[in-house]
Amino acid sequence: MKKFKLFFCILLSLTIFNTLKSAEQIDPIKVDWSFKGLLGKFDRASLQRGYQVYNEVCASCHSMQYLSYRNLGEPGGPEFSEEEVKAIAAGFEVTDGPDAQGEMFTRPGRPSDKFVSPYPNVNAAAAANGGAYPPDMSVLVKARKGGANYIYSVLVGYEDPPPGVTLDEGVYYNKYMIGNKIKMPNNLSDGLIEYADGTEATVDQMAKDVTTFLSWAAEPELESRHKTGVKVILYLVLLSILVFLSMKKIWSRVNPEI
Amino acid sequence: MSEQEYVPKSKAGKWFNDRLPLLSLASHLTDYPTPKNLNYWWTFGGILTFCLLTQIITGIVLAMHYVAHADLAFASVEHIMRDVNYGWLIRYIHSNGASMFFLAVYIHIFRSLFYGSYKSPREIIWIIGLMIYLLMMAAAFMGYVLPWGQMSFWGATVITNLFSAIPLIGDSITTWLWGAYSVDNPTLTRFFSLHYLIPFLILGLVVLHIWALHVPGNNNPVGIDIKKPSKDTVPFHPYITIKDAFALLLFMIIFAGFVFFAPNVLGHSDNYIQANPMVTPAHIVPEWYLLPFYAILRSVPDKLGGVILMFGAIFILFVLPWLDTSKVRSAVFRPIYRQFFWILVIDVLVLGYVGAMPAEGIYLVLARVGTIYYFLHFIVVLPVVGYLEKTEPVPLSISDPVLSGSADYSMAKKDNEKI
Repeated sequence: MKKFKLFFCILLSLTIFNTLKSAEQIDPIKVDWSFKGLLGKFDRASLQRGYQVYNEVCASCHSMQYLSYRNLGEPGGPEFSEEEVKAIAAGFEVTDGPDAQGEMFTRPGRPSDKFVSPYPNVNAAAAANGGAYPPDMSVLVKARKGGANYIYSVLVGYEDPPPGVTLDEGVYYNKYMIGNKIKMPNNLSDGLIEYADGTEATVDQMAKDVTTFLSWAAEPELESRHKTGVKVILYLVLLSILVFLSMKKIWSRVNPEI
Repeated sequence: MSEQEYVPKSKAGKWFNDRLPLLSLASHLTDYPTPKNLNYWWTFGGILTFCLLTQIITGIVLAMHYVAHADLAFASVEHIMRDVNYGWLIRYIHSNGASMFFLAVYIHIFRSLFYGSYKSPREIIWIIGLMIYLLMMAAAFMGYVLPWGQMSFWGATVITNLFSAIPLIGDSITTWLWGAYSVDNPTLTRFFSLHYLIPFLILGLVVLHIWALHVPGNNNPVGIDIKKPSKDTVPFHPYITIKDAFALLLFMIIFAGFVFFAPNVLGHSDNYIQANPMVTPAHIVPEWYLLPFYAILRSVPDKLGGVILMFGAIFILFVLPWLDTSKVRSAVFRPIYRQFFWILVIDVLVLGYVGAMPAEGIYLVLARVGTIYYFLHFIVVLPVVGYLEKTEPVPLSISDPVLSGSADYSMAKKDNEKI
């Protein structure tokens, strides 16, 4: 057992060493998200507000190509009603076709359609944004170290550059962004949008809501994953107790000490 | 193996068994005399079988929905995660299952190192096991490429580029592996094909591994040859099966903890960005289970030298049974080797840690020291300690206490032969 203690001490010291090292960069702000933890769930109202922020602010540059409008009404998500989802989808022009004459045509969106992207392709998106491609936001939270905390921190992390730092045209200073330089301007300002549910649209509120929405978009299965996980582990624990007792009984025939 | 010939009770059973002795095999497997003192470190064989079957079953289902094409692979994985019923569960079991598989195999390998399970007469079991381990690494590496994220692409680029270190023909070999002039769609499709093939090769080797095991029988914590069946052994079923089942359940609880509550903690966030040949990630790191070898690779300033040492680190294990000169198997009775065993464990952990760090400064120094020590352990420490070490008295049997004074290992062996 002494050897194991040594082993764990070394693991522990490596971990501490690691934490000390990464402390040189600014760590993202830690937010107490409702969806963290074993039984974490999304805040439904926040998800709906977050969709509004995405739709009115982010969606002009950022695509979410892996989501469908129907996802907005599915359990574990923003859970808009069926009518609301239909109305949201119908608000977008979707290119479809070719029709019988071989022509492409546009029609109002349906819940089964994927989110309409703001640009036809990556190059067009980059060209319209000073050469920097605004990343697709479907899995953005999973694609960044620090996840939701990092996305939130970048959204509220804009400030004037410290003296001595010069920025090129179209580049902004953000204290949480890796390298501190970001091509996305600070798009959030107090009262920018009017929330449908009357919540006051502060920068902090909008940043939290849209980050919650993006976290759901990246992990739409999160709630059912947590729920299933608790059941699975409870089942396994009960079964191991039963198997443990059976094992004791079986082994008592040869050797009471196992 | 079983001492008495098995005869099926029913006439039909006998008829069938005379033509294909499957019932004899089943009887052998259930009656297989197993040392009764096997501890929980011995349950990882069963756990590994479970891991392999889990990977094969989830993998077959994933392959029904996955599209092996550079333009479609990333989107098809998102399709699995979002639109396939319980696709997220199947994929998370498969991706975390790979890590669990390696966790179990490392414990299994180090158990073998501690208790001397690789020594005569079990060399072939050990070598087949290493072949399984090599195939596992190949399968895991290719599987990691399939989602076609940034780490997939750049990991594949780094690893396939290793072959270009071979003098003269290296570049041609690399191009041949890629099927193109860089990692591209042909690379992805062939990796998918091989990723589907390798698990079945592993399955075949697992059968040989168990077959070879059933010839001399299990090693045990005391490391002595035991007479089978005897008061030192128990039938495999139900004694070992129930114990393996219990250990497997505990293992599954940890497994489920990862799958349901931290499914991405062992992966790299960059792999949720679609592969982009124009953008190189800041740090290209392999999955955690390959990190010690990555550290060895990067510790050598010369590319070819690094590649040779990295492969050497694995291939040296193939001759391990002949490098270890000690006649005593179990480290329980080897006070000096025991210390070196734990130093090796720490050495490999340190190598794994520095493998995840940038190859510079203190990390590079640690990687070099760790690499040198790794090889010293096998080339110098094992042969020398085997000669010089004064081992502790080995008991004659699991049930009997150590005879006072006279019981060194050779005595025990002689006695066993007499019996």
